[in-house]
Amino acid sequence: MCLAIPGQIAELLPEAGGQLAMVDVVGVKRKVNIGLLEGDLAPGDWVLIHVGFAMSKVDEREAAEALAVLEMMGQAFDEELQAVAESDPA
Amino acid sequence: MRFVDEYRDPDLARALSAQIAALTEPGRHYKVMEVCGGHTHAIYRYGVHDLLPDNIELVHGPGCPVCVIPMGRVDDGIAIAEQPGVILTCFGDMMRVPGGRGSFLEANARGADIRMVYSPLDALRIARENPDRQVVFSAIGFETTAPSTALTVLRAEQEGVENFSVMCSHVTIIPAIKAILDSPDLRLDAFIGPGHVSTVIGCRPYEFIAREHGKPVVCAGFEPLDVLQSVHMIMRQLAESRCEVENQYGRVVRWDGNPLALKALSQVFELRPFFEWRGLGSIPQSALRFTAGYARFDAEQRFELPGVQVADPKACQCGEVLKGVLKPWECKVFGTACTPETPIGTCMVSSEGACAAYYNYGQYSRQRLDLQVL
Repeated sequence: MCLAIPGQIAELLPEAGGQLAMVDVVGVKRKVNIGLLEGDLAPGDWVLIHVGFAMSKVDEREAAEALAVLEMMGQAFDEELQAVAESDPA
Repeated sequence: MRFVDEYRDPDLARALSAQIAALTEPGRHYKVMEVCGGHTHAIYRYGVHDLLPDNIELVHGPGCPVCVIPMGRVDDGIAIAEQPGVILTCFGDMMRVPGGRGSFLEANARGADIRMVYSPLDALRIARENPDRQVVFSAIGFETTAPSTALTVLRAEQEGVENFSVMCSHVTIIPAIKAILDSPDLRLDAFIGPGHVSTVIGCRPYEFIAREHGKPVVCAGFEPLDVLQSVHMIMRQLAESRCEVENQYGRVVRWDGNPLALKALSQVFELRPFFEWRGLGSIPQSALRFTAGYARFDAEQRFELPGVQVADPKACQCGEVLKGVLKPWECKVFGTACTPETPIGTCMVSSEGACAAYYNYGQYSRQRLDLQVL
């Protein structure tokens, strides 16, 4: 739950008043709420995602690092990714 | 992977380790609390503590949201879930937290409808898809997750989703740190500040720790070298008789936090007069509840709750572990009656809990420390 998952913005979506983006999360495209970073994001940007919400904008280096931290979590990361895959925040 | 190696470079780690050792005063024992469970996990996964001199002790703090939920709160959730037509939703970490009447998982086995979700937005979707049911989200977490709940409630309001409500157990980190600073059990020298919480609240809220308590705080990232570098920054402050708030995690944490997240929080939530924390007891103004404008989304007003305080099992010493007074392996049931498969206490449930981190990675260091004690 407290894990930060890195993702790269693929597309800003018009639905939900511009609060949603399609984000590439570890190779899977997911809808993510960007309401907490509104107006600050463009396709190609990297973000850290907590429970379906982009919480901070980061550079590619930081995104790679966040992923490495997650991989160290082992099973907890696998479970989180599974949960992300089943999530549909639309 | 590209980039990451430099955060795990053994030469850099050794160099930092030597610099830290050089900053310690011989004969002095240093206690540094890592507030956040994510740091605890990183420290034991990578053996960061093994790179520190023997007189620097890392003490685990209360920053594991699942760990601090008292048993009575789990029972309240179950009481809501057992009412007719209710779907209770929660993060996966909550499912196995033991309450006085068992866990959410066990309540499900008795016929309740409790579903794991990844995001509060999933709970809102379930509410939309089940207009004839009451859908309740059991919200837990520090300031890292609370803005997500706030935004979800704002969305529910915009869409007019009437069958959605939140049982809010969000807690705030600063009062917990205050409670620890005021506790007579523990003398700390400094704090490693939480990384993700600080992306929301920024670094400013920690300034009282330096100003009023004279202790350094360094907000840190989660790579092993981040933690080492933070300890180095702390030791340098102590060696130079400084106490300040410093930001090691400036790559992500801004000094003033995330203004949109803070705005959403203050719009939807206000501080509760009191909230009971497992192990730390009742702490004033340490948790969030709905503001009057959003009270109709408050599950505690929509449903009747037992609201009964339930004492922790006698054998369980999570409270002492959460305050940093006991090391996980010093708990009487650690690794025997209490394991990640059959947890008695919350610190063994969550992967961010100190006990689970020790259980998974700490055996070696435990032996080493045991030898030192002998």
